[in-house]
Amino acid sequence: MTPEQVLTAYVLRLGDNALILGQRMIELVAAYPELEEELANANFALDYIGQARMLYTYAGELEGNGRSEDDLAYFRPEHEFKNLLLVEQPNGHFGNTCVRQVLFDTFYLQLLTALTNCSDQRLAEIAARAEKEVRYHLRHSVQWLIRLGDGTEESHDKAQQSLNDLWRYTGEMFVADELDELIMKSSNGPDLGAIATKWQKDVGGVVEEATLTIPVEQVMARGGKQGMHTEHFGYLVAEMQNLPRTYPGATW
Amino acid sequence: MSEQVWPLYEVFIRGRGGLSHRHAGSLHAADDQMALDHARDTYTRRSEGVSLWVVRSDRIVASDPAETAAFFEPAEDKIYRHPTFYEIPDGVENL
Repeated sequence: MTPEQVLTAYVLRLGDNALILGQRMIELVAAYPELEEELANANFALDYIGQARMLYTYAGELEGNGRSEDDLAYFRPEHEFKNLLLVEQPNGHFGNTCVRQVLFDTFYLQLLTALTNCSDQRLAEIAARAEKEVRYHLRHSVQWLIRLGDGTEESHDKAQQSLNDLWRYTGEMFVADELDELIMKSSNGPDLGAIATKWQKDVGGVVEEATLTIPVEQVMARGGKQGMHTEHFGYLVAEMQNLPRTYPGATW
Repeated sequence: MSEQVWPLYEVFIRGRGGLSHRHAGSLHAADDQMALDHARDTYTRRSEGVSLWVVRSDRIVASDPAETAAFFEPAEDKIYRHPTFYEIPDGVENL
């Protein structure tokens, strides 16, 4: 791969994480138990979709084949999405959503912080903007997880179950594949080993404050970075792409 | 989902440095920290401010509408409390 191809693939993958998580959160619009949380969730979802737009636009320009952000979001098949398995997991109940957001955003915040120092100026600028958004999202989700974990017996048990259920999707985040290695060498990209250490410390602190327990070591699910997804993913993509594929070029 | 109703909070926003905080509206939240988050997400989405105050509505001490007459009407006939009541003597500059 040429350096441009490496950067294109990497930026696209970052865009996939942002888009798919944004799409998951969009599913909750008009379904939240409280008006104020409803607004917060919609704001956050749009932040991720905004990040995906910036990343896809840049990836399209790097690729040089004239593909727009919409082409990349709506006209690629499932297996071409290289997002992490964690972000495609269903919303479930409120505790599941909270745990997913905390586990992913703790990682994502570290990743973005590292990317602000990468040698590609445009990617560093996108990361700097996204970093501010995600720092706030994480603050919000962390507070909720602590409330749930340290709340009633029922909310504690549900939060612990969510943590146990989603834990197996966290290992993949820190397993550097060829693309991660290349971007680290060529563009001063993130060091996933260092991020893993920081993540364990941060998540450990939140879990402790929430009076929850870190799940036992287990086999970690992998495949998202290679385009192999969990069974939920096809439905998400189908719903997301239905309108632009049925009415190509549709505008508001 | 909880059947309890979260307490009401009043939200005050400072538009920019140097201005005072102004009442923007109200919202529901379970605790102070959540109220601040909700205020941020509900009232400052379009760059409305640089600082937020939230306070539980039941902590605000308000004047009683039934006492409006005793509270405010005595001020109405004391026109000498307004600067416009006084004539400026000739020869006074910079007033």
